[in-house]
Parts: sequence; C-alpha cells; structure tokens
Amino acid sequence: MPQTLDLTPFILSFKLAGATTIILLIISLPLSWYLSQTKSKIKPYLEAVTSLPIVLPPSVLGFYILIIFAKVDLAFTFIGLVIASCFYSLPFMVQPLQSGFEGLNKNMLEASYISGKGKIETIVKVALPNIKPSLITAIIITFAHTVGEFGVVLMVGGSIPNETKVASVAIYELVEIMDYSTAHIYSAIMVGISFLVLLGVYIFNHKQRKYL
Amino acid sequence: MIKVDINKTLHGASGEMDLTINLQIKEGDFIALAGQSGSGKTTLLRILAGLEEAKGTIQIGNDIWLDNKKSLAPQKRKIGFIFQDYALFPNMSVEENLLFVKKDKQLVKRLLEITELSQLAKRLPNSLSGGQKQRVSLCRAMMNRPKLLLMDEPLSALDPAMRTKLQNEILLLHKEFGTTTIMVSHDPSEIYRLASRVVVLELGQIVNDGTPKEVLLQTSGSQKFSFEGELLEIIQIDVIFVAIVAIGQQLVEVVISEYEAKNLKVGESVRVSTKAFAPTISQ
Repeated sequence: MPQTLDLTPFILSFKLAGATTIILLIISLPLSWYLSQTKSKIKPYLEAVTSLPIVLPPSVLGFYILIIFAKVDLAFTFIGLVIASCFYSLPFMVQPLQSGFEGLNKNMLEASYISGKGKIETIVKVALPNIKPSLITAIIITFAHTVGEFGVVLMVGGSIPNETKVASVAIYELVEIMDYSTAHIYSAIMVGISFLVLLGVYIFNHKQRKYL
Repeated sequence: MIKVDINKTLHGASGEMDLTINLQIKEGDFIALAGQSGSGKTTLLRILAGLEEAKGTIQIGNDIWLDNKKSLAPQKRKIGFIFQDYALFPNMSVEENLLFVKKDKQLVKRLLEITELSQLAKRLPNSLSGGQKQRVSLCRAMMNRPKLLLMDEPLSALDPAMRTKLQNEILLLHKEFGTTTIMVSHDPSEIYRLASRVVVLELGQIVNDGTPKEVLLQTSGSQKFSFEGELLEIIQIDVIFVAIVAIGQQLVEVVISEYEAKNLKVGESVRVSTKAFAPTISQ
C-alpha cells in the first residue's frame, strides 16, 4: 500500500475531458444543427464520417493521428492529446444533439422564424432549452467517454507523468508492474466516479421528461 | 389588395400535382380555404408564410413578398401563423411566449384579457388544456400586429363548445386588429360563421370561390333541405327498402323505392334532400 496516493493521473484525465468537452460542444452545436435540418445529399456522408470513431479500433485512429502529429510536433503533448480526444469523442457529442434537434416540433421552429427571429436566436432561445436532456446527455457522455479512453491516449500521448499519463494509462501501467493494490484503488475511484456521473444524468433526465 | 399568383409542383400521395393559385383578396377579408386533404391548402398557407418556395408573385398592398427576383424571408413578412398543434415554446410561460415575438407588455396584457388568459400568464404551456393552448397561440400570432393572419385548421383538435368560444375570439381579434385572415377549415358551420368568402381547392386548383352561402348551401332547384352523406347499408323489410345514411356524426334511415335501391351502391356518397315538407327545428 503506497503512503500517499498520486492523484495527478485523475486530475489530468479530468482536465483532458473538460477541455475536450468544451471544444466539442462548440464544434458540434452548429454541426448537429446542420445535420438535423439539412435535406442535402451529403448528409449521410457527413453522418458516416462523424460516426467513424465509434466503429474504428482506437489503434487505427491513434495511428493516423500519430503520423500527422509527428509532422507538426504534437505527439506526446497534452495539446496533442486534447486534439486526438476531440476526434475520438466527436460522435458522442454530435449524435445526442442531432437526435435532440431532430425531435423538436418543426412547427415550433417555424413559429419562431415567423415571429421574426433568425436561426441563431431560434437555436439559443427555442431549440436548446427544449432539448436540455439531450444537451446534458451529450456533455456528460462526452466527458465520461473521454475520461474512459485508453487506446488513442496511449498511442498519441504515451505515458509522460504530469503531461499525458492519464488515469486509464496509469492503471494499465500499475497492472504491468503488478502493483495491484494501487491499481485496485485507482480502478475503484474510476468505477465510483463514472457511476455517480451516469446516475446524475439519468436522474436529471427523468425529472426533465416530466416537464417537457 | 393582396395579389397571389403562384405555381408549385407538389409530390403528393397521388403522384405529381400542380398547385396553381390565382387569387385577389380584399384587405380585411376573412377567407376560408376548404377542400379535401391533399388538395394543397396547407402548402398554399406555407407559401404565403414564406416557409415553402414557389414560382410566381405575391404582393401585399405595395410590398412584394415574392417575384422572380426575390422571396422575402418569413422573418420579414410580419404575418401571424396558427398551427393545428399550437407550436408553443414549451420552455417559456404563456407571457414569455408572447413577449418572445415582441417586447410589448401593454399588448400582452390586452390580448390575455380579451382571451381570458390573464390568470394563466405565468403557467407553462404543457400545463394548459388544448383550448387554452390554442388561445395562447392566437395571442402570440397577434403580437406582430400582422397584416395577414394564416390559420391551418386551428380548431380541428378541439371539442365543439371550445370551438365556438374560440371562433368568437378569432372573429373579435380579426376585427380589432384589422387583419386579413385566411383559415383552412373543414367545418361548414365554422366557415359560415367566420368567413366572408370561401375558396375551395381540388387537386391544387381553385374549383369554387364565393360567399359561404353560395358555396355551402348545397340545395339545388326547389330543394329546401339537403345533406351529403355516405350510404352505409340498404335493408329490405318485406317490400320496403330502408337506406342507412351517415350524415356527419348522425345516422339516419330513409325509405327508398325498389328502383332506387337497385341503383344505389353501399359506400357511395349520396344526397338526402326533401322539398315536400317543412322540417322543424327544435332544441
């Protein structure tokens, strides 16, 4: 049993997940709105590309990103890790938002346009407040998924303490050096936090459905 | 004067259809748009609102909303539009729904008073009944003080008592705000009560256009009393034939001759009329 528990991998994980979630939210809002409203023929192509990270092995994604990063000097840095995570977690932000927007009453959006409101005001004041459950789900799942990522992080970030050694990588290394007791504590913390986060989402969404 | 001369090819359930409308509407008129579903009524409203594209011209007084050069965005047309499903903003209270259109608290107060909704100003739409929701939607549509008010079957989801109440409020607001109103409706009594002119569409064309009296009173010749209905069954009792006809929500029995019984087919649309006696109306 170690005397003091090193919490930096957790802090790093949450920093990475926080940065990724904020960046993805900014990118995904216009993208998912476009996907939900467009009748263009390129829609299925865009949907397929944004969903790729769900089906691709993380090693494939990591391999491509690593090759690109090697040229621009981003491999094994925290910023590189954030960029890689944005690719990896993109579908988890886009899909709930898109289905939320698609589920909105079209007449309600048209009523807003007829009231003289433009697209942006309609999105901010009408669309987003009415897809709160989808919005919260998208944010939390993206955050949780980034905290839980392993393959891409290991390939792109390596395991540099205080820079790229996040919790999932730290646990992997502890198991490799057979420090099972620390691995147990780290893993239990991950299970506990993940459970609480998901529980929070489901309780919130359950309450919201009653009102909307 | 409102001049509409538009054309659009629709891809409906029964194949391609040309919607060709040429209409001149006096300002302040109350027009009822009637016709079977799929005849293009809703599409016409949506084209007037700028929610759908079409070829041709739309001119409101001196303003041009649509010609071959431009199509004015729905945001700039300053119309009121009432949807059958109310389309209120669920995240905003009754009052906020109205203020969203225009920050005019005086007007909100007045509209809510006219429609007897003042007590519900702070409530969220989902806690209201259908009739209350549609009244909120009506108030919201008036917030722009629209020159043109468009209604797509606004009352078809409501019960008869609530319909009558709302019909009166619609008429009141139509007069008070001096709007030109176009309403899609299937209900002859509603059309008769509200509209000054009825335009009937069939397969994208105007097939009838006149006052409610001219269009709706379906008596011909010396008939004084006439109903359209569906023939449900012909029953033979000894030598007498009885036809069961559905007229609206009512079923009626009509005695017919053997000759008539042979020529009528069950499922046909029939007309029940009489001129030989004076029908009585009682409560």
